[in-house]
Amino acid sequence: MQKIEAIIQPSKLDAVKDALVEAGISGITIFEARGHGRQKGHTEFYRGREYAVDLLPKVKLELVVSDEMKDKAIEAIISVARTGRIGDGKIFVSRIDEAIRIRNDERGEIAL
Amino acid sequence: MTAGMALAQAPASSQADRIAALEKTAGENAATIAKAQSAGDNAWMLTSAALVLMMSGPGLALFYGGLVRKKNILGTMMQTFAMMAVITVLWAFVTYSLAFGTGNAFIGGLHNVFLRGVGLAPDPAYAPTIPLQTYMVYQLMFAIITPALITGAFAERMKFSAMLVFMMLWAILVYSPMAHMVWGVGGLLNAAAVGTGGLAGRFPCLDFAGGTVVHVTSGVSALVTALYLGKRLGFPQKAFMPHSVVLSFIGACLLWVGWFGFNAGSALAASGLATSAFVATHFGAAAAAIGWSAAEWLRNGKPSALGAISGAVAGLVAITPASGFVTPMSALWIGLLAGIFCFFMVVIVKNVFGYDDSLDAFGVHGAGGTLGAILTGFFATWVVNPIFGAGKATGFFEGNHAQVFNQLMGVLIAWTISIVGTLIILFVVDKLIGLRVNEDDERAGLDLSQHGEEGYDWEGG
Repeated sequence: MQKIEAIIQPSKLDAVKDALVEAGISGITIFEARGHGRQKGHTEFYRGREYAVDLLPKVKLELVVSDEMKDKAIEAIISVARTGRIGDGKIFVSRIDEAIRIRNDERGEIAL
Repeated sequence: MTAGMALAQAPASSQADRIAALEKTAGENAATIAKAQSAGDNAWMLTSAALVLMMSGPGLALFYGGLVRKKNILGTMMQTFAMMAVITVLWAFVTYSLAFGTGNAFIGGLHNVFLRGVGLAPDPAYAPTIPLQTYMVYQLMFAIITPALITGAFAERMKFSAMLVFMMLWAILVYSPMAHMVWGVGGLLNAAAVGTGGLAGRFPCLDFAGGTVVHVTSGVSALVTALYLGKRLGFPQKAFMPHSVVLSFIGACLLWVGWFGFNAGSALAASGLATSAFVATHFGAAAAAIGWSAAEWLRNGKPSALGAISGAVAGLVAITPASGFVTPMSALWIGLLAGIFCFFMVVIVKNVFGYDDSLDAFGVHGAGGTLGAILTGFFATWVVNPIFGAGKATGFFEGNHAQVFNQLMGVLIAWTISIVGTLIILFVVDKLIGLRVNEDDERAGLDLSQHGEEGYDWEGG
């Protein structure tokens, strides 16, 4: 099993969700997050005073999938979240040792 | 007409009776007309009074509330709301009398303390067609919003208790004498009191709705307070971004609407002059919103929502003294100049000097009020308001060059009384109970440290 964590633009959330459902992914958890990468945010003006806003609103989504679904899921996210501009976000992938369904104690991929 | 024809045909013997009957009818008609006018005027003035109160809460409370950080939203709104309660009671006790009671050229007397003698009969010295109580409560709304404007300068760092004492003393020592000098019977600056003897109307300063009385006094006192209190912790390095321009936007729009009561109501009657002031007010605000936005667009590359609403408020401030004296076209000029000038004061001058006038009470009200009061001396015309007599030159452009000097005297006195009065009050209150919250309380925010609650309780409900 693989965990896919993707940090994306908030405006892309709906499109990414739809793409993942289409790719056959059933479970997803999302977080409203703030952060910055290499771009280091932007500046805003209030009554002439300049403020650096370095933590921008982002959406982080987490999904755990079977090994064979991993590439499909990543492809689905990239296909809609990419604009080609700075700030599109990142995807991190890691291995998951165990999954447990709380309701009935099912273990492994069947619990996903 | 019928009565007139009857009179012509009447035999000589009964003419006296008929004349008596006619006089009686004419008298009744005059009374009916006066009653109708009084009803119309009173309806408008009560509406205006309510509109001006709406400028404080919710208008100003939202405008200022949105500009602070979210831990200070309730503390900021409470400062304005407290004025609605405290200044009202003080007004009933003593400040109405000090401002509008009969006194000398500088301050009213104590004849009307506890509102003695302030009944439903009109006082011809102020407004001959409305109950004196209407006039009293209308003026009260001005006395409420004026100190509330100052709160923008010391936002996010003043103790609630100190704020209350400061404001009560300020209402007595600064607002009351200034209101008396400009609007009170026999006031030194009262343009309507020219020629009534003594110092009354010695320097006739045209101030229709409070450019000097409200905006210069509050704005200058705001600057003094900001300098005395010092900057907020971390200013200006840390971010002090407005937590919700949306709230400020709603507040500014409420201010704009309420301002019709403020300026058009200052005609003290539902008259043509009220219409003229209404129109000038609206035009001034619109032109100033454009002026500020254009300046900002040129300088920063983008016209911001906060800039547009700040410009509108600056225009409303500047047109306030002029509103009952100028034509719509002059109002456009005054508004445009005010929008650009206040942008310059807030964006450039404040940053050069580095004082922490947190919400720009000075940059908008002090600067805009001063500019508006002076420009009134240039643009005033007898065609709109023959205050010195029909056909008599009123403003500079009409040939009354001395009016600019009179306006400057009004401004000078307003600046002086504000600086001296505010400094004395700040010193006294500081020594008595201390002005500023301690550092921990300032970090925690006024909501929690002064009021024990939070504006945004995300976990609750």
